[in-house]
Amino acid sequence: MPESIPQDSVGLVQPHTLHVDQPLELECGRQLPSYDLVYETYGNLNASASNAVLICHALSGHHHAAGYHSMDEKRPGWWDSCIGPGKPIDTNRFFVVCLNNLGGCHGSSGPTSTNPETGQLWGPDFPMMTVKDWVKSQARLADALGIEQWAAVVGGSLGGMQALQWAIDFPERLRHSVVIAAAPKLSAQNIAFNEVARQSILTDPNFHGGRYYLHDTYPRQGLILARMVGHITYLSDDAMRMKFGRDLRSGRFHFGFDVEFQVESYLRHQGETFSRNFDANTYLLMTKALDYFDPAREQGGTLEQALERTRCGFLVMSFNSDWRFSPERSREIVNALTHVGRDVSYAEVDTPKGHDAFLLPIPEYVKLFGAYLRRVADEVDADGQ
Amino acid sequence: MANDVRRIREWMPERNDLSLISDWIPRNATVLDLGCGDGALLAYLKANKGVRGYGLEIDQDNLAACFENGVNVIEQDLDNGLDNFQNDRFDYVVMTQALQAVLRPDRILAEMLRVGREAIITFPNFGHWRVRSYLAFKGRMPVSSALPYEWYDTPNIHLCTVNDFETHCRKNDIRIIQREVVNRDHRSSTLPRLLPNLFGEIAIYRVTR
Repeated sequence: MPESIPQDSVGLVQPHTLHVDQPLELECGRQLPSYDLVYETYGNLNASASNAVLICHALSGHHHAAGYHSMDEKRPGWWDSCIGPGKPIDTNRFFVVCLNNLGGCHGSSGPTSTNPETGQLWGPDFPMMTVKDWVKSQARLADALGIEQWAAVVGGSLGGMQALQWAIDFPERLRHSVVIAAAPKLSAQNIAFNEVARQSILTDPNFHGGRYYLHDTYPRQGLILARMVGHITYLSDDAMRMKFGRDLRSGRFHFGFDVEFQVESYLRHQGETFSRNFDANTYLLMTKALDYFDPAREQGGTLEQALERTRCGFLVMSFNSDWRFSPERSREIVNALTHVGRDVSYAEVDTPKGHDAFLLPIPEYVKLFGAYLRRVADEVDADGQ
Repeated sequence: MANDVRRIREWMPERNDLSLISDWIPRNATVLDLGCGDGALLAYLKANKGVRGYGLEIDQDNLAACFENGVNVIEQDLDNGLDNFQNDRFDYVVMTQALQAVLRPDRILAEMLRVGREAIITFPNFGHWRVRSYLAFKGRMPVSSALPYEWYDTPNIHLCTVNDFETHCRKNDIRIIQREVVNRDHRSSTLPRLLPNLFGEIAIYRVTR
């Protein structure tokens, strides 16, 4: 709970809802006849609507990226470290938009919302979403907000994949794409981890084929396990060693299967918190969207071919201890972009924090991120004159 | 390494080498700048000659400066080679004052000529008479305003002379297209022109395969 709102916070914010009646054709062949998008905005849109920045969220993110919903809220939005006055995504200069993606469980249409055609919860019947579908829906939000072209589309991890997809699908509708801790597609190992997470949910006796809500329950254990395995991939070996080492909760071995090591306690706590706040069907759907992401496949085979369509400038950033989407994966994107002669800059941030680093206020990261976006804001200002 | 490159650059009173180099690069060329520092050369070439290209750097402050200057910069250690760039990808590959600080100058030179049609290289000439006399008369490793380091902390691990460089080029079928040997202020004068290995402080070469 903030006793007072910090100076560099966007302050108290409210979510908005956009209802769209225009059907959305999806990659899976189905369509959403109508849908809701929940979003938040920070800062002010300028007269020419040229200073808008879209934030794309990752696997478990949502529209609440910065600031507080109330003075009772314990923590600010998930990317508060990077969004606010004077922060890398500077709300004194940018109009920042962040939405909850379709299929999410924080207000936008998804498994936990009502299917307007049946009057029932969507549950497992909500269509499978892809990164491309999300980007298309985000373009509808841009239309509604009067934003012809984003100054930048920005995201980390799965969010970075959306930023990349934007550049391919709507080349004229963004000036810059900022792709952080992402990959051009998942590796077999990435998919394998996702599959373990899905199997733990799908095999939970409380899953009931995704209709757990009809049984007044939810696959708690499955969600806990899914998050535990996911969380391991978000941290680095070094980060875990520094945070927990082999520390024991009670200082001695108990020769049993209860929590003994601090790392076990931490993972269980993370899993439990997550299981209470996240929907299992959404988790399944989000991991599949990750697995399916492969713009090269869609454009004829090579990433170069896919990126040939792009027109914007790119900033790609990675973290040297990230083994989920390692720097090599970011360099694949950078190399493809230099091959096709696009404007691209790349930085590899030195940190032991692993994949989660993109959410943290690491000084070197904040400096580089801020430097690039200052340039973007300068460009916008110069164009407005 | 780039950190050292930056420090090396600090002793260069003005970046006259940049204006010399930019004279050699035609309009609309594609350029790769190895150890591009704050991106000054690329920014100048972009603004004045419509040049497109990328800089490679590893120093954080320089990366940030390039970002802010709108210069394409990629964090990459020159000692790991350039194998992420295809053959003949660039018209020019430039490396100012970094040749003597890389692990294998011969390899980076070969790489530069693989990815670029031509390479432009500048380095401090270790054959300059002041350097020679320092070693000859003091019997110690030369320290000067051009080479401000002690033997134990110098980033300049592969210093060479004008003659060394030209011998290397001859042996490896590298053709020298253009050479400027200048003093520390990057001014050309008679003595360096007549006896470059003895009177040139900074050597600037344009070479090709």
